[in-house]
Amino acid sequence: MKYLSEYRDADIAKRLIGRIKTRATRCWTLMEVCGGQTHTIVRQGLDELLEGSVEMIHGPGCPVCVTPLEQIDKALLIAAKPNVIFTSFGDMLRVPGSDCDLQQVRARGGSVKVVYSPLDALALAQKHPDKEVVFFAVGFETTAPANAMAVFRARQLGVQNFSVLVSHVTVPPAITAILEAPDNRVQGFLAAGHVCAVMGYTEYEPIAAKYKVPIIVTGFEPVDILEGISLAVNQLEERRHEVENQYVRSVRRSGTEPARALVQQVFELANRQWRGIGEIPMSGLRLRDEFAAYDAERKFGVGGLKVTEPAACRAGDVLTGRIKPPQCAAFGTLCTPERPLGAPMVSTEGACSAYYNLAKYRTADPAGAAP
Amino acid sequence: MSAKANPASLSCPVPIEDADRVQLGHGSGGKLSAQLVARHFLPHFDNAALAQLGDASIVSVTAGEVAISTDSFVVQPLEFPGGNIGSLAVHGTLNDVAMMGARAVCLTAGFVLEEGLSVAVLDRVIAEMARASRDAGVPIVAGDTKVVERGKADGLYINTTGLGVVDPNFRPAPARAVPGDVVLVSGPIARHGMAIMAAREGLSFQSAITSDTAHLAPLVDALRASGADVHVLRDPTRGGVASALNEIAAASTVGIEIDEPVLPVPGDVRAACEMLGLDPLYVANEGVMVVFVPAEQAELALRALRAHPLGAESVRIGRVVAAHPRIVALRTALGGTRVVDLLPGDQLPRIC
Repeated sequence: MKYLSEYRDADIAKRLIGRIKTRATRCWTLMEVCGGQTHTIVRQGLDELLEGSVEMIHGPGCPVCVTPLEQIDKALLIAAKPNVIFTSFGDMLRVPGSDCDLQQVRARGGSVKVVYSPLDALALAQKHPDKEVVFFAVGFETTAPANAMAVFRARQLGVQNFSVLVSHVTVPPAITAILEAPDNRVQGFLAAGHVCAVMGYTEYEPIAAKYKVPIIVTGFEPVDILEGISLAVNQLEERRHEVENQYVRSVRRSGTEPARALVQQVFELANRQWRGIGEIPMSGLRLRDEFAAYDAERKFGVGGLKVTEPAACRAGDVLTGRIKPPQCAAFGTLCTPERPLGAPMVSTEGACSAYYNLAKYRTADPAGAAP
Repeated sequence: MSAKANPASLSCPVPIEDADRVQLGHGSGGKLSAQLVARHFLPHFDNAALAQLGDASIVSVTAGEVAISTDSFVVQPLEFPGGNIGSLAVHGTLNDVAMMGARAVCLTAGFVLEEGLSVAVLDRVIAEMARASRDAGVPIVAGDTKVVERGKADGLYINTTGLGVVDPNFRPAPARAVPGDVVLVSGPIARHGMAIMAAREGLSFQSAITSDTAHLAPLVDALRASGADVHVLRDPTRGGVASALNEIAAASTVGIEIDEPVLPVPGDVRAACEMLGLDPLYVANEGVMVVFVPAEQAELALRALRAHPLGAESVRIGRVVAAHPRIVALRTALGGTRVVDLLPGDQLPRIC
């Protein structure tokens, strides 16, 4: 498969690993921002292969991980209503709210459905005109165009029983927040390729310049990620700090204009809570007033809900690289993949869950050596 | 039928002959029930034990231990590329018996039908079930049918129980894996689960993936005949290969290592998994098995498996180790390691 198999080629990947290890004169700390990249890194064991040369911090780029407890609780309230069909991407179903998750709401009689596209949710609304269909619009700039399209189409088609619970976040303010933190350890970033495919990467240029960090727009296959890391290490070794585009087969500097235009037509920037991190100014998207009829928060009157996050969960410190998961007191005791306290323990490649599995593997082998 | 009117026929003007939907009356124990059994079940499940229509069927088994397995089938959609719930209900239970090395003797089948189920669908399910039972050479000797109100079931549920005679000389068991064993898989994985996903309503997704549902006893017999000392056999159904290996690692208190590059995942299945954000290692199979044999017998076992059409694509996927007991570790193409754990619940598609 062109543009796929060559980016999974083990020999090319191994050569890149060798190149990175040779080039690195010290261990550099990089952060990949996107959950999709974390997925590849964890699944391929890339961090283990780069040990000593590069430390990868799994950043706050998983929409599941950063959706605040408050929004989850709103979702649970709405999904439990008798006349509602609540639709969501699959992995949001297990994210714990204050007292349960969407799967438990379903078990208690709520109608909760997994969809792969917000347009499928809209189709469901057309099929069930007597029900209120709500879509949980989470994600970064990558999912924003499709979510905007669903709202736009709903208005165009005059579908009134469709609404979205918006929890959109954007990447550049999160990177800035991490870099602004006094105890920041991150020395370079892999920016999320698909976010940049939509938005382009001009927004990152002032960040790279101001904070003197390399930012590499990077794809999702193993070779993509290793190339991204290699470019970042080169810059760090040469004391450069630029935005470079590794993912040229998908990303242009200006992004994809029609998608951006649609997002801007439907959404506007707003302050947004990030799970474990707190509020980051102008880091999220909300529906513009002219689309208020499709705003589930207003439709179901849950906009005022305020929830405090559990103090024991240090997801924010993990996501910003301040601590490693095992340094959290709840890790492996109060918080396990079976009973996750925070979102990074929910998905199998969430930072906490990945560490949990690795710890089990290493402690199970008394010699400590993987055979 | 008698031309003489009787009270029942006077009070029941429904033309019962032509019902195209299952009615509550089909489960009443009355005429409709008898007719359903006589017209739709018995002609397909034709065997001497069942034909007696007693309260229980009598079968003969040779002296010794018997293996019994029961399984309930609730799959949606009822019909899918490669089979239907009927063939699945036969293969699933027979395979469980076969994984113990036992030779199946007979099956029973219990049906829960939802009022309103299309009789045409029921006929197709029964026909497939009968075909699967005939092909396996294992008769369905006892059965039961109940009808529940519309909305109280999802079309049709089937429970099957299989009974087999244990072979004292061939006793694979999940607790028998030992370091030094190799892990084989008898064919391409993740087909059944993805065929179901693709056929399921609500996914705007089409494919040519077919379920692998198949009776595995002939493959087990091939292994038996090869003389290989088979330590473990397991059909990785729900939860896929990953869950089956985790169960074996736990039961035997051993570590298992598998090699990602050699996992037999067909191209279309892999593409569908990637598109839907699923891991093929956790996707259900209904026609493959994992086999643990001592390393020195790996080639012997592979030759035996590959000689049968069902096992033509058998490959070695990993090994049993003393390190990291109870943990399944996967070696990636790049040489990295990842723990393949049991999932806490259903596999959920990922957003990113």
